[in-house]
Amino acid sequence: MLYREAGQFKASYEEDQQIFPIRQDRVGMAVLLAFFFLAVPMFASQYWLQAILIPVLIFSLAAIGLNILTGYAGQLSLGSAAFMAVGAFGAYNFMLRIDGMPFLLGIVLGGLSAALVGVAFGLPSLRIKGFYLAVATLAAQFFIVWALVKFPWFSNYSSSGVISAQEIQILGYAFTTPESKYLLTLAVVTVFALVAKNLVRSTTGRRWMAVRDMDVAAEVIGIRPMRAKLSAFAVSSFYCGVAGALYAYTYLGTVEPEGFNLDLSFKILFMIIIGGVGSILGSFLGAAFIVLLPILLNVVMHSTLGSAMPPGLGSNLELIIFGGLIIFFLIVEPHGLARLWQLGKDKLRLWPFPH
Amino acid sequence: MMNEMAQTATLPESGRRIGEVILDLKNISLRFGGVKALTDISFDVREHEIRSIIGPNGAGKSSMLNVMNGVYHPQEGTILFRGEPRQQMDPHMAATQGIARTFQNIALFKGMSVLDNIMTGRNLKMKTNLFQHALFWGAAQREEIEHRKKVEEVIDFLEIQSIRKTPVGRLPYGLQKRVELARALAAEPTLLLLDEPMAGMNVEEKQDMCRFILDVNDQFGTTIVLIEHDMGVVMDISDRVVVLDYGKKIGDGTPDEVKNDPDVIAAYLGASH
Ligand SMILES: Nc1ncnc2c1ncn2[C@@H]1O[C@H](COP(=O)(O)OP(=O)(O)OP(=O)(O)O)[C@@H](O)[C@H]1O
Ligand SMILES: [Mg+2]
Repeated sequence: MLYREAGQFKASYEEDQQIFPIRQDRVGMAVLLAFFFLAVPMFASQYWLQAILIPVLIFSLAAIGLNILTGYAGQLSLGSAAFMAVGAFGAYNFMLRIDGMPFLLGIVLGGLSAALVGVAFGLPSLRIKGFYLAVATLAAQFFIVWALVKFPWFSNYSSSGVISAQEIQILGYAFTTPESKYLLTLAVVTVFALVAKNLVRSTTGRRWMAVRDMDVAAEVIGIRPMRAKLSAFAVSSFYCGVAGALYAYTYLGTVEPEGFNLDLSFKILFMIIIGGVGSILGSFLGAAFIVLLPILLNVVMHSTLGSAMPPGLGSNLELIIFGGLIIFFLIVEPHGLARLWQLGKDKLRLWPFPH
Repeated sequence: MMNEMAQTATLPESGRRIGEVILDLKNISLRFGGVKALTDISFDVREHEIRSIIGPNGAGKSSMLNVMNGVYHPQEGTILFRGEPRQQMDPHMAATQGIARTFQNIALFKGMSVLDNIMTGRNLKMKTNLFQHALFWGAAQREEIEHRKKVEEVIDFLEIQSIRKTPVGRLPYGLQKRVELARALAAEPTLLLLDEPMAGMNVEEKQDMCRFILDVNDQFGTTIVLIEHDMGVVMDISDRVVVLDYGKKIGDGTPDEVKNDPDVIAAYLGASH
């Protein structure tokens, strides 16, 4: 099938506004969805579902959250993991303390708790920018994890703050198998990705980007930077919160506050740097890349070096490759893998006549 | 060429009537620490006119514009907008009152396309909220389409159809200036403040920009305050001109009056010609 838009004319603004204006992209997306919703649960092994696909999806969601704040609204944050923690512990407590709390509502309430906390910690963004804001979000990162450990109420007085997620039930159906948990995660993430795409292609998204690109000009055309920034903090933290809740419920089952540490925040930041700052697609690519790279590296080294592999080489090599890639993307291609993908498509669109 | 255009603008059949005073600045003084940017400046702007501000570098022209739309707050003086005195005003309030502007140093949203930049210019007219945007289909989409139509009119008007989807960062300087004008026009302003819209342009681009400014003024009746260094352009298209020098007003009147004012000749025209 040729990748062409020739002959596809847009007769209305409605058609021009579509998420995928080119027909081949729409078909591609439909095939992709069918593959992940139908083929994968039928054929993928439990290991793939539970250890790779579910975390990739959850991290994609968190990366979308951070991308909304950093990529679209231009506010750097190092607190993503902490907002995930609020979502996880929020959902846990809502389901624990309110009888008959439906699972999906519990997840949403967890996300809303994270949104509230996110707005509170976003307040400094009204006065400070860049590096200083990053430090302020770092404070959020440490404070939230500390508070979750310090006040045992949050973990229902369990030892060392570990919580065990309740069984997931929706309309009487229990999600216990990896297949069902995968499908549930996939459905939630698909809906949220679509919503994110809707937000960034409408006035809300344009306001975020305007404040990111030139806040004085934004104000002069009537945008309130304060509202734009705080709404970005709210939506971003909501996404991270929902990702955190899924992290506890469909991925790990048991989590502790320390699991949502600064390392995880950085991991999500690296996902958007490698995947693409300011791109929903990039959030998926970055998450997949960062989850898959260590696994791939491991496989390659075991098959080449076998038992001769010195211990620790794998994790060191991983750090070196990550470091190199991050420097590469920051300097050479700040829009990440998503941009490389786009460039490839643009080439294909003109191929074989590049002029 | 310039003269022809100036004539069309002032012909009686153009339908343009200079009206009441809409912006009245009285005894404005603005200081930055010890620097006196503006000292005791008074002048007014009438509806539908093209009012230019000229003066050497550092005279305080941009500061004056910033006072008009609330970016700077003068320490002294009063401002009447449509007869209402205003004390403190921020740029957002100015925008809601129908004041739009462009900047001396282009202030476009670099990461966005031309279309999105211009659509952003309509943000005050957009009434749907974040939750409706999240769903998109329905009210948000209807609004988006309705405003897209208006934006397309602006795009046609400024003849930038071919660059609609281009990221603004990739455009040459002259076109960026034009997109910035488009973004301001998208708000359908009653008062348009232009800070050196032709600076750094070649002759052809300048002529286009002149034509657009005159057309905006003529077709939409938009009142325009223009800062410009090119005397030929200023004398051709302005109805009245204010001359600033070292933060003080040294001349005010029709282009002919200003041209023949001995103070102005001494302080400004004499220096540059
Ligand atoms: N934000 C500010 N802070 C401090 N000083 C300022 C500020 N804005 C303007 N000034 C000072 O006020 C004076 C007038 O500046 P302004 O930019 O208004 O001049 P201008 O007439 O627009 O000059 P140009 O033709 O170079 O654009 C200058 O001395 C300038 O340094
Ligand atoms: Mg200036």
